[in-house]
Amino acid sequence: MSTEIDRQWTTRLRKRSFGKLPPEKMLPDTQPSYVASWIYVFGVATISALIVVIATGCILAIFGPEWWHVSNIGHFVNSLHLWSVEIFFFSMVVHLWGKYFMAAWRGGRAMTWITGMFLFLASVVTALTGYVSQTNFDSQWISTQAKDAINSTGGGAFFNLLNPGQMLMWHIVLLPLLLVILVGAHVVMVRIKGVVPPFEDDKPATPSPIAAAPIAAESTGAPQ
Amino acid sequence: MGSFLWAALVPLNHPDHYFHWHFLEISAANAIVIVLMVLTFVAALLLPFPGRRRRRENP
Repeated sequence: MSTEIDRQWTTRLRKRSFGKLPPEKMLPDTQPSYVASWIYVFGVATISALIVVIATGCILAIFGPEWWHVSNIGHFVNSLHLWSVEIFFFSMVVHLWGKYFMAAWRGGRAMTWITGMFLFLASVVTALTGYVSQTNFDSQWISTQAKDAINSTGGGAFFNLLNPGQMLMWHIVLLPLLLVILVGAHVVMVRIKGVVPPFEDDKPATPSPIAAAPIAAESTGAPQ
Repeated sequence: MGSFLWAALVPLNHPDHYFHWHFLEISAANAIVIVLMVLTFVAALLLPFPGRRRRRENP
């Protein structure tokens, strides 16, 4: 018999959340041994670069275009913003290649793959709105070239690349919010399902001894 | 002085270099980034990860 407290939405939400993702699974002490490979670091590298992108973007927002175009420290922070975006995309593409060749959508991880795909697409749009928000000749050139692509899709009616105010708002409010929400969902899904195992570990529990032998030393790590 | 030397090493005050091959056209800068990503991907697969041996011995 459920009490009034059991029926509260806060109680139900807490039980459901902690049932799916208990704290020890959200912040685990150990990882499977197969995670000890450089190919697994590029997801975290992408998030690290995103943190630098957001931090430098906040500094640029505080001081404004005159500052980042004219002063030495403004140039420096502007460059940090650009190069952290370069590292963000670089790491994300290597992460994408790694996960593609691992077929990382295996084991009920389809939504993790799909949120990653939307993250990539949203990042491209965020970068485009950033390039057209530089307030220089480069941004004018890019916006006049890219508007034709957007107009050919019919999206130009509400996403106008020649409107710098609209592009700046998309770049510093809407798209970063979308990215942070998607990154959060992506990471939570990785934690719920665990890191995708190598193909050999994904086989049924009783493989032939010959097939199992080479991977036995690899798969003795802590469970996910 | 440092920025002058760097500018002398990598002169950027000119239009981009482009590679043309049949219908393909790509800037040198983009081609270099793609090559670096491929090299990083291969290196990530081949280079040993620090502490991997210790993890195997102490699972």
